[in-house]
Amino acid sequence: MADQLLTDITRFRRSPLARLHDRMTAASVTGARDVALREIPFLNMVGIRVRPGSAAAEALAAVAEVPLPAAHGAVTGDPDGVAVVWQGPDEFLLVSQDETVVPLELTETADREPGALISLSTHPLTTQLCRALAGHQESGQVVDLSANRTTLELSGHCARAVLEKGCHLDLHPRVFEVGTAVSTTLGPVQVILWRTAERTWRIMPRASFAEYVAHWLMDAMTEFASSEVP
Amino acid sequence: MLLIECPNCGPRDETEYHYGGEAHVPYPEDPSQLSDKEWAEYLFYRSNPKGLLAERWAHTTGCRRWFNVLRDTVTYEIKAVYAIGEPRPALQADPPQHPRGGTR
Repeated sequence: MADQLLTDITRFRRSPLARLHDRMTAASVTGARDVALREIPFLNMVGIRVRPGSAAAEALAAVAEVPLPAAHGAVTGDPDGVAVVWQGPDEFLLVSQDETVVPLELTETADREPGALISLSTHPLTTQLCRALAGHQESGQVVDLSANRTTLELSGHCARAVLEKGCHLDLHPRVFEVGTAVSTTLGPVQVILWRTAERTWRIMPRASFAEYVAHWLMDAMTEFASSEVP
Repeated sequence: MLLIECPNCGPRDETEYHYGGEAHVPYPEDPSQLSDKEWAEYLFYRSNPKGLLAERWAHTTGCRRWFNVLRDTVTYEIKAVYAIGEPRPALQADPPQHPRGGTR
């Protein structure tokens, strides 16, 4: 019986923008005014709510091996590894690479009380974070939010110009440095906007808004395929 | 569009915020003892001043935190931003600058 249980669940999942993959590739512009759009699907995201400076916060930072960011806009860690984005005075979003391991507890067929498992997450780091928080009296949250948002990556010389069509924040590098992430609106949609490199931005809309944001960006990118009007 | 200074995130467009009505309206000590009239006054009656109004705002698309704002309802000028739970800051009493009648 046990050998019939599915442990590889990754082939059943579908990213919110899988359908638009080819259109996003086709909309990307090369040349002097280059700008490219792609989805980075299935990044692991963990919502963390904990009071900074508390023992629980330190325990979570030790498990993540990344300190919690201190203020608005700050990101700690590495976008290609484990990074933590500031979301509020006691709220953080941990972003890390996709990794799916179905925990043994989830494949057991034994009856179980609801809430008996420490986490239903299939990401090992998320489960570790849950365990680290559970050892503390302090109230806090570690929630697997991987399905909440998807990630778009906009890159190229004209990426900032594309974003400036719909984001009222000052995105100039003297204000919005590499390694800054803020929660704001792009057009009418709430997104997390994260500058991961000089010309590379991550845009993280909620999954149900992702298609709209992708279309919005592709529309905003259209003009850069033509030569500049002096 | 108003530019509102979020205590956590700095100045952002008004459209990033959610309005929460007048601040410092205390919840009744014992709501079950109120008459219908008193309950309705707690729920629906607000000071609606022409001038400074303390009101609550939430930065819904940013840090998602509530805070208080002292805003002039005539000029829309934001005089102060302060945390939930803090008392309303006492500003120097501005002489009334608004002509009687206002806009009609």
